[in-house]
Amino acid sequence: MTAWDPGTGRGAGDDAVRPRVRIQTEPRPQAVPAPTQNGGAPEAVREAVFDIRDMSVRYGENRALDWTTLKIYRHLVTAVIGPSGCGKSTFIRSLNRMNDSVPGFRLSGQVLYHGHDVYGSGVNRVEVRRRIGMVFQKPNPFPKSIYDNIAWAARNLGMKDDLDDRVERALRSAALWTEVKDRLNQSALGLSGGQQQRLCIARAIAIEPDVLLLDEPASALDPIATASIEELMLQLKSRYTIVIVTHNMQQAARVADRTAFFSLDVSGANRVGTLIEYADTSTIFRNPADLRTRDYVTGQFG
Amino acid sequence: MLPLIARSSQEVLLLVPGSLREGAEALGVSRWRTVVGVILPTAVGGILTGAILAVARAAGETAPLLLVDSIYNPNSTQLQIFGHGVPNIPILILTTSEAAVPEGFTRAWGAAFVLLVCILLANIGARVLLARSRARMSA
Repeated sequence: MTAWDPGTGRGAGDDAVRPRVRIQTEPRPQAVPAPTQNGGAPEAVREAVFDIRDMSVRYGENRALDWTTLKIYRHLVTAVIGPSGCGKSTFIRSLNRMNDSVPGFRLSGQVLYHGHDVYGSGVNRVEVRRRIGMVFQKPNPFPKSIYDNIAWAARNLGMKDDLDDRVERALRSAALWTEVKDRLNQSALGLSGGQQQRLCIARAIAIEPDVLLLDEPASALDPIATASIEELMLQLKSRYTIVIVTHNMQQAARVADRTAFFSLDVSGANRVGTLIEYADTSTIFRNPADLRTRDYVTGQFG
Repeated sequence: MLPLIARSSQEVLLLVPGSLREGAEALGVSRWRTVVGVILPTAVGGILTGAILAVARAAGETAPLLLVDSIYNPNSTQLQIFGHGVPNIPILILTTSEAAVPEGFTRAWGAAFVLLVCILLANIGARVLLARSRARMSA
């Protein structure tokens, strides 16, 4: 994918408008093997929510992620696993443009969301994030009441009708309603870590996004809170497309339908995150096609 | 005064965790609404405390000038309410305690008490604001 994109007719002049996010890329080097994609689309042909083509990311001079091509399917849980520093978080944060504010961030290739380029000209990144919600590693409730934590974004986005109802539905969906229904006006900072994280998930689904991106949502939680978050994911996937980054392989095996394994490519001079293998979760864990995947999931490294 | 307020406000705004900003932006809320709805409310206690301290410092630097001026020129710097000047407490204390009559001393003590209560209230107010902003910051 060069700066000239025949699909949209956008030309190299585009670079002058948005130099921060789109760079002219060199042709794909032949030495890098194409990521293994066995299994193809699961079961019947599912609708792809994200179609990521040749995505490469760099921060200034550092290449963080190279030549990632994969599709994320609707109403499935897709897990992203891999060792530290392999670009998992970079990958997931690039899907809803959370990296735009990182200094030196540049992305090449395409991130197509239902066929629309997320990084295309004229795309409003605020709108992108409204449709593609995100929950972070550390619970980050606002210093407001539990009710306002959920109602605030909805109110700002113009969803003012039946706000009470919306808050209740979001809290019920996040399996938090029974625990907090009597103290909706108390500060959200008084909740436990696991409750705060479920509140953050409730906050994200209150604005009815299409996709939920979860960046290591359970890594700061104890096993019981982790179990409740995992159960929640299995309930939510009937309504949302979920992408979860985790460094806990068992977690990926428990919740994910599809798993993408990223690793560091150390063949070149510098270490760059690369997609190694992307397939059904059972294939990744039982019958991986790539030796590196097998070494990782069997605990040989990482 | 303005540089003092600006500097203390900047410090407080930098204390607002970046994760809050990220959380708000991940909800598809514009940056402007994020600032008004999340960042400023989190920092408002600290900003107000800084403003109060700056006002206090400005008042402290102005007080000696006003005091000297109102001794020599009682009518020019007095606050006028209901057509006559409101007594200036420090001057009132000075003149009544110099009057060398028993009522004068009583009035001087009373005026001093009023002054102390005013200062106490201002201090309590500042501390309440500070404590509230600390409670919000600590997650």
